[in-house]
Amino acid sequence: MNLANKALPTLSFLLLITIWHGLALYINDPSLPLPSVVLHVLWQEIISGQLPHHLGLTLFRLIISFSIAMFLGCAIGIALGRNKTLDVFFDNWLVIFLNIPALVTIILCYVWFGLSESAAILAVVINKLPNVIVTIREGAKALDRDLLEMARCYQFGKRKTFLHVIWPQLHPFVMAATRSGLALIWKIILVVELLGRSDGMGYQIHLFFQLFDVASILAYTIAFITVIQSIELFILKPLDKKALRWKR
Amino acid sequence: MSDIHIDIQNKTYTTADSVQHTAIANLKLTLPENNFVCLVGPSGCGKTTLLNIIASLDTQYKGEITFGQQHKKPKIGYIFQNPRLLPWRTVRENIELALTYASAAIIDSLLETMQLTHIQHKYPEHLSLGMSRRIAIIRAFAINPDILLMDEPFVSLDAPTARQVRGLLIDLWQQRPHTILFVTHDLREAIALADQLVFLSAAPMSVVSKVKVTIPRADRNNEEKIENFRQQLFTHYPDIISLL
Repeated sequence: MNLANKALPTLSFLLLITIWHGLALYINDPSLPLPSVVLHVLWQEIISGQLPHHLGLTLFRLIISFSIAMFLGCAIGIALGRNKTLDVFFDNWLVIFLNIPALVTIILCYVWFGLSESAAILAVVINKLPNVIVTIREGAKALDRDLLEMARCYQFGKRKTFLHVIWPQLHPFVMAATRSGLALIWKIILVVELLGRSDGMGYQIHLFFQLFDVASILAYTIAFITVIQSIELFILKPLDKKALRWKR
Repeated sequence: MSDIHIDIQNKTYTTADSVQHTAIANLKLTLPENNFVCLVGPSGCGKTTLLNIIASLDTQYKGEITFGQQHKKPKIGYIFQNPRLLPWRTVRENIELALTYASAAIIDSLLETMQLTHIQHKYPEHLSLGMSRRIAIIRAFAINPDILLMDEPFVSLDAPTARQVRGLLIDLWQQRPHTILFVTHDLREAIALADQLVFLSAAPMSVVSKVKVTIPRADRNNEEKIENFRQQLFTHYPDIISLL
């Protein structure tokens, strides 16, 4: 049973590659290269240093904008969740920002602040921030009143209350915001780079599109998916395991 | 310094359907220092509200609570109806967090008295309710409180466990005397524990009678003496029967 469970993901992955391979053989056209061709291109791009350079820049933008969005989002989310008046006042703002299309924010940021690195990062942050706020706000609203009263009664103080009573309760919400955030942000970053940067994954993919180089597009995609999966596997999962070790 | 003067003119609250209720009206009570006082009254009469007011968790009331001669706020330990332990912190961490300066020796000795040393590094979700209640008691005692508030802390424990924890509570209290305010609706439990019983009416809550328990501490385990005292109470204070 255990062995089967472990083998299943590998089997399904192999099936996916097989389908791709079969489809590519059947179509027999440069618009869908064989998996082996894509793998070869991926290797070439890695040793030429092109892929690490552009992937690195995109990851750098991802980390900066993700950190800013998460930090601000947590602070604002907690404030709105704990204060009804603030929440009612700013609710409309949130709805508006949640519904502005990503493309509009990106173009406006470039128009207003120029085709610069900070404008690019600002555009990503503005796109992600409302999602973080909404998720964390729900968490802050659902805080256990009994435990907060206990903390007050035993004079925990602000720092202790935040670290030991509030933050552990927000943990699942922060993880949800992190996961949905990573997935959303890297998609937005590619558009940001496509529209206004001269490096990064988005720029490269745009270039390959003009050259109709599908193999390179797929190679870059595989590289990026691998990186994001590694973040999930080597950072988020262990973090979850450590934070939730108290659960029955 | 830790006798408590309670003078609450009224405490009202508004329910979700905008109906105003008076929980407490004209409640005057003085609790002498280092006394074990049991508050006995029907369910929902406002006993928890009173404890919350004393603990300053509830400040929306008309009246005044003063502590002894000094104006310094006393240290208050509160044992809630549910243990209210932080599930993501171990037993020991839960106790340490309540202390300003965690003293390992105090925690060790309390854990030993309550026979919980072996589970100190476990998480509360892995423990029984009886153990969790004992940890809540340790947490309250560890801060060395001037006043200890207890809100039906033994409810839903089976009889032998409750008896055992009651015994441990009295041991601890006798080692470090302080004022205890113990809420219960179980008269036998109240007689077994208290120096003084305070009977409270249904909402709006006020004091009906105050009775000193005259059974010597050594005889508090004797069921027959407790029962006799209970019967005497009913004869002398017939108006308390309706409160139980």
